[in-house]
Order: sequence, then structure tokens, then C-alpha cells
Amino acid sequence: MTDFFLYVTVVLLVFFGLSAVLFKRNLIKIVIALNILEAGVNLFFIVLAYRPEGTAPIFTLAPELEKLRMVLPTPQALILTNIVIGFATTALMLVFAVFIYRNNGTLDIRNLKGVEDHD
Amino acid sequence: MTEHLPVLIIAVPLLAAFVLPIVRILGVIPRDIFVFSVFVAVNVMLMSLIPDICIYNKTLHYVLGAASPSTLTPEGLAFPIRIVLKIDGFSLLMAVFSAIVGLVGFLYSHKFVPEDGRKNYYVILLLLMLVGMIGLEFTNDLFNFFVFLEILSISCAALVAFRTNQKHPPYAGYKYLLVSSLATSFFLLGVGLCYAQYGSFNMDYINRMLNHSLLDRVALVFMIIPLAMKAGAVPMHMWVADTYSEAPAPVTAMLVTASQASLYGVFRLSFTLFGNSTANISINYHTLGWIIIILGVLSMFIGVTMALVQHDVKRLMAFHSVSQTGYMLLGVGVGIAVYAGHDGGAAFHQYGKLAMTGGIFHIINNSMYKGLLFLTAGVMVRRFGTANLDRMIGMAHRDVFTTIAFIVGALAIAGIPPFSGFASKLIIFESVYHFNPFLSVIAMFVSVLTLASFLKVFYGAFLGPERKDLLVDNNPLPHGMTAGMGIMCLFILIMGIAPEAVIKYLIDPAIAGLVKIL
Repeated sequence: MTDFFLYVTVVLLVFFGLSAVLFKRNLIKIVIALNILEAGVNLFFIVLAYRPEGTAPIFTLAPELEKLRMVLPTPQALILTNIVIGFATTALMLVFAVFIYRNNGTLDIRNLKGVEDHD
Repeated sequence: MTEHLPVLIIAVPLLAAFVLPIVRILGVIPRDIFVFSVFVAVNVMLMSLIPDICIYNKTLHYVLGAASPSTLTPEGLAFPIRIVLKIDGFSLLMAVFSAIVGLVGFLYSHKFVPEDGRKNYYVILLLLMLVGMIGLEFTNDLFNFFVFLEILSISCAALVAFRTNQKHPPYAGYKYLLVSSLATSFFLLGVGLCYAQYGSFNMDYINRMLNHSLLDRVALVFMIIPLAMKAGAVPMHMWVADTYSEAPAPVTAMLVTASQASLYGVFRLSFTLFGNSTANISINYHTLGWIIIILGVLSMFIGVTMALVQHDVKRLMAFHSVSQTGYMLLGVGVGIAVYAGHDGGAAFHQYGKLAMTGGIFHIINNSMYKGLLFLTAGVMVRRFGTANLDRMIGMAHRDVFTTIAFIVGALAIAGIPPFSGFASKLIIFESVYHFNPFLSVIAMFVSVLTLASFLKVFYGAFLGPERKDLLVDNNPLPHGMTAGMGIMCLFILIMGIAPEAVIKYLIDPAIAGLVKIL
């Protein structure tokens, strides 16, 4: 049953993240929304790997074979990678936001008319 | 040494990128020689794989971290546990052309990007872009694919926004990175759905175990649509024009190949991961094919009509690359639509395979002539200080070589013989006609519109009286830029004059790598 609620949380996080990306007008809020979406994806992998009452996946500490119930290690390792990648993306996007603010004086996408106002 | 080639091709530019700041201490010229030799080395290593894979039709596997890199399932396990690199004809073809465009991009940037202390970062990012492209084309592991996709998008975004002191590039970079990270997040969800069912990230293993459940279809959508978005297919093309037009010209040429690496992902996943031509229960290939065909036709048509009204030369070319992506999607989409028909592959052999030949041939053609056109656009912008076509005139007096290069590129993209675009477009028209004549008519119509809009550029920017007062830069072109454009022209001519040889030695092995009913 906990599993079910965790998956619902995943769906909600992805949904909220996506809708905020689509409807927020501030560049920094869009970055935050993207982070929420990424958190949803990360949680999805962790929930996949989680086994209720499982032990850490270290064979020397494992109980006897019939009680063996381990948490999957691969997705956790992968999600560590994804967190680092997410960090890089967030940092780069925030740097872009700083430059956009410096060069255009606004962070509102309604005032940033893309490149249409080229000479 | 030879058996370690697959990983060396990825590792050499990756390590070179991080060693670069140390090499820079020695000076600018040693750094340029170092980076040039890295690009050449990657090209040579890739070319040395061609005989094995394309002539003897082998598939190379490389297992990272195993005692012997060729043992797929070590320690007697029934499934592969390590990251596997798999090189077949299609991956090699794409990687070879990515590396060539990378080399050209580096040569062109030699004097094009000023030596202002930030050139170092520029070169590092170029190398990382190459790593991303080749890595995602070589890997057989879904998560690894995702990681290389992210390396590619982060380095691309940083390069797009390279001119940070101007108004628009940071915004273009932001847009590209937003689209990329949205796409890759959803891609990762799809990967998770596959992992949840099969407990592995290995594409071949998942393909063997695939039970075509509803979850698989959801995973297919989560993986194909984001990759189509990164490839710039209509209706997910809104980022293409901004990104391509704001990036420095050599980066734009490489962005074209980067988008095609995502296109590679679309085709790789629909065949190698989800493809199964024999199973009774299978993903409905007809529907998947039609979805890709519709994406293709929309891209073709909307791309070219948007291009016709542009006045900014780089935006015009960017919309053309949306339209050219459509041709590739159309060609391979027809192949997919007839792939698992209930006729035992008869339709596939009759025209489906030919359509795929055209589509894949068009991918490599496009990376050449589109790259060339963006490079000539770089010269135009350098000369006139603006990308606005209305303020350009009479370039043919000044830059004869650029004019010839532009004519070669424009005729190739419009599909005029003897240039390479003609060969691939003719194959697409012929084979698609057997599938559905109407699609073929649209493709031809788009081809005519393409020619029309490039005539507009040629007439506007190259012909006319010489106006020295409009030029902001009257220096002769640096040799690096000329060499970059020359290499592209050479490839376009070779592929246009001898298309049979290219199809026999490069495209057919690529199709053999994708398709299993031969």
C-alpha cells in the first residue's frame, strides 16, 4: 500500500513540475519547476528499487538465503548520477538566467520576445 | 589495442577535454595542435573500424570492466550485467559523420572564435560534444544512453550561449537546455518503465525479453517523443530556429549532427529495443510508422513554409533543417510502417528497405550540406555584421570560394544532380511513391520550395553590385574556415557522384544493423 502512495507521489511530482514549467513566466521559477520534475523521476527509480524490510545489498551481512530480501543497488547508483547531472543542468540554467537578466533587464518570458526583435 | 578501440574512441576526446587546461599552459599553438590531433585520431580510429563492420558485417561488442572485453555474459550469468558498447553499421555510420563534422567545426573555429581567454572553454565543450554524440551512438545500455544525451545537451547549450555578452544567445541557450532537460527527464521515465519490467538496461536483453505489454507502449512513447523533440520534428520544433541562429556558425554545424544523434536514438529504439518482426503480439508497427511519417510530413512542410518568410539567413537555414529532418523521418517511417506487416516482409523488401536507405542516406547528406550552408552563413554574418538578408549584397565579388561552397550546398539541399541531396531524395521519392503516392508528391513539392528559398538567399546576398560600405570585415578568410568548407564540399561531391558505393559500403550495413529480417 505504501508503494501505491509512493507511485502517486511520483505522478503528482511529475505533473506539478510539468505544469509549472508550462505555466510559470519567471525564468528562475521554471528552473525550480524542472527540479521538481527531476525529483519525481528520481523518486520513481528509488521506489522501483525499494523492497519493504529489505537489507542493504551487501552479501557478507546478508541473512540466510530464504529470508534474503535486498534493496536493489543499481537504480540508487544511477539516481546518484542523475542528481549530479540535474545539479549541472540547474547551475547552467541559473547562469543563463543571470546573463539574461544582465543583458535584457528582465526575467519575465513575456518581455523576452525571443529573437524577433533582431534588427 | 585493436580490441579496445570502441572505448578508446570515447575515452580519448573525453580525457583530452580535461587535460586541455594543462596543455594551454604551453601556449595557444601547442593546444591547437593537441586538439587537432585528437580530432584526427578519433576520425582515424573510427575509419579503421569501417572494414570490419561494413565489409565483413561484424558487430563489435565491448563490455566495460570485464576481464575480457568481448565476453558478453561473464561468470556464467544468463544476462549481461555490465555496460556494453555495441557497434554495428548504423552506429558506426553516424559516429563517422559526427566525427568528420566535429573536425570541420574545429578547423573552422580556428580563427573564427577570437582568442580572448574563453577559447579554451569553447574547445573543451567542442570535445565534450563529440564525446556525447559518439557515446550515445555506440552504447547499448539505456542509462548510459541517457548520460551521453545529457553530456551532449549540456555542452551544446553552453556553446549556443557562448557569446554571453550579447542579448539573445543566453536566452537561446536557456531555451535549448530547458527543452533538453524536459526531454531527457521523460526519457528517463521511459527507461525506468523498462527497467521495472525487465530488471536490466541492456537494449539487446530487453529486446529478447520484451512482452509488448501496455507498459512497454507507454515506455515507447516516453522515449520516442522526447528524442523526436530533441531532433526538432514539428510540432516540437520551436527551439530549433532560436538555438541554431544564435550559436556561433561552427557550433551550428555541429548542432545539426547533434540533432541527428537524437534522430539516431529514435530509429535505434524503434528497431533495436522495441523491434520484433516475427512475434505475433507486437507493437503495432503500422501505427508507429504512420506516427513517424506524419511527424515527418509536418516537419517537411511547416519547416519549409516557415523558412520562406524569414529574413534572417541563419533562421532561414534553421527552418530548413527542420524540413530536412522531415525527409529522414518520412523515409525511415515508411520502412517502419511495412516492417512487421503480415506479408512476411514482402512489402519491406519491395520498397520499405529502399525507403530506409533513402532516409539514412539523407541523414549523412544533411549533416554535410546543412553544415556547409551554416558555415557559409557564418562567413556572411562575419562580412556584414548582421544576419539580416536585406542588408547583404554582392558577396560574390568578394568571396568566390564561399560563393561556390554556398552554391554546392544549396543545390545539394534542393536535390539537383550531381550533388548528394539528389541521390537520397530520388530514392525517397521513388520508394515512398510505392507506399503512398500522395506523400511522395508532398516531398517533391517541398523540394521545389527549398530551391526557391535558397534562390532568394543567393539572389539577395551574393548577386548584385559590390558595396564596400556595407562590409564590416574586409579581411581575407582565415585558412581554417576555407579548409572546413572545402572538406564539406568534397564529401558532398563524392557522395553525389558515387552514391552506389556509399549505399553499398555504408548504408546497407547500417540497415543490416537495424533490421532483422534480411
